[in-house]
Amino acid sequence: MKPPKFEYHAPKTLDEAVAALGRYGGDAKVLAGGQSLMPLLNFRLARPAALIDLNRIASLAYIREQDGQVRLGAMTRQRTIEFSPVVAQRLPLLKEATRWVGHLPIRTRGTIGGSIAHADPSAEYPAVLAALEGEVVARGAKGDRVIHAGDLFQTYLTTNLAPDEILTEVRLPVMPAGAGYALEEFARRHGDFAIVGIAAVVVRDGQRCKLARLATAGAGPVPVRLRAAEKILETEGLGDAAIEAAARKATELVEPDADIHASADYRRHLTGVLTKRALVRAIGVARG
Amino acid sequence: MVTVRMTVNGVAHEGRCEPRKLLVDFIREDLGLTGTHIGCEHGICGACTIMFNGEAARSCIMLAVQADGAELGTVEGLMRDGKLHPLQEAFRDHHGLQCGFCTPGMLMTALDLLRTNPTPSEREIREGISAVLCRCTGYQGIVNAVRAAAPILASER
Repeated sequence: MKPPKFEYHAPKTLDEAVAALGRYGGDAKVLAGGQSLMPLLNFRLARPAALIDLNRIASLAYIREQDGQVRLGAMTRQRTIEFSPVVAQRLPLLKEATRWVGHLPIRTRGTIGGSIAHADPSAEYPAVLAALEGEVVARGAKGDRVIHAGDLFQTYLTTNLAPDEILTEVRLPVMPAGAGYALEEFARRHGDFAIVGIAAVVVRDGQRCKLARLATAGAGPVPVRLRAAEKILETEGLGDAAIEAAARKATELVEPDADIHASADYRRHLTGVLTKRALVRAIGVARG
Repeated sequence: MVTVRMTVNGVAHEGRCEPRKLLVDFIREDLGLTGTHIGCEHGICGACTIMFNGEAARSCIMLAVQADGAELGTVEGLMRDGKLHPLQEAFRDHHGLQCGFCTPGMLMTALDLLRTNPTPSEREIREGISAVLCRCTGYQGIVNAVRAAAPILASER
């Protein structure tokens, strides 16, 4: 047996899941798609007293439009998002990012809620959540709580979800019609975690930039919004000089760490290169 | 111990195991279906990829208990009436395998790729099979095999 011993619960309702999680006082882990947690169990890097498996809770998988947002149930599989017409039309950045998440047989199991709650700094969905200024809903014993993207991620693999809370829904504002977007990342192999990734959104009015959003993956412990770089575009427009200046600024805004995959300097360099690439592509597909 | 019931290649199975037993171990040890291979055991190499309710999934990072009530497909279920599946034929014809270790995972992954994208470009095939690591043929023969099988599978729909 690879995984350590644990008690296993597969509740059919969210209320049962929250109650079960609460009983273990932080010693249980929530199992969503399992594409990150199961490897941790197999290596015995995680040794929870119990697993609360959400896979039998059918009501946690949905995609619906409401109040100018697309709301995705936490257990919505990445493969479902990849083929969703609503996502393609309303959140094309999310669709594009999904193609970068793991591989095909990972995405059939992996979920949007799991990916965000796991908070791997190099994962794509947290960067998209940051770029689109989305929010998540968490359910605990005391009820629901809405957490904005900027408040959710604390550091590596750590969110401000309480030990007795389950992430239940991801809410992303519908992207403005005609918005340009791009997700650029560099990984050694397609499907590996990004060494650095950049999510970009641009709303243009001719050469003027009405709105720019830039967020990183892999360039620090949490996704970083590159606000000062966005500001350059919003004041100076979408010309080559502004793009160059924004990319240069991006390298100053990140505090990457070094690891076995890349040095901090290399990640900083990549941040600039990929910011430029993402902007050029986003501007190219923006209408208006 | 928990009781798990599942259908594998159309045949109903039942067994008892610990909740921590990995699905791939249940398939191999409890059901005796050793066509599904175990490589890295942490979701990277793709050798253990099976069909889970019609979609390709890695059975080394799923629990057997999670498959309770599910329909599974493994490489043993691909042959029809004693004849190789067209995708298997294509792998044979195009030198898509050498040692064969990754082949079950390659086949399952390619089947889901062709199910959801019946006319993939070479780039899309490469992206699809990047889910599985092959350490001996190199990938060109596998890409050729998937490309050759695509129109055959599409015509059978």
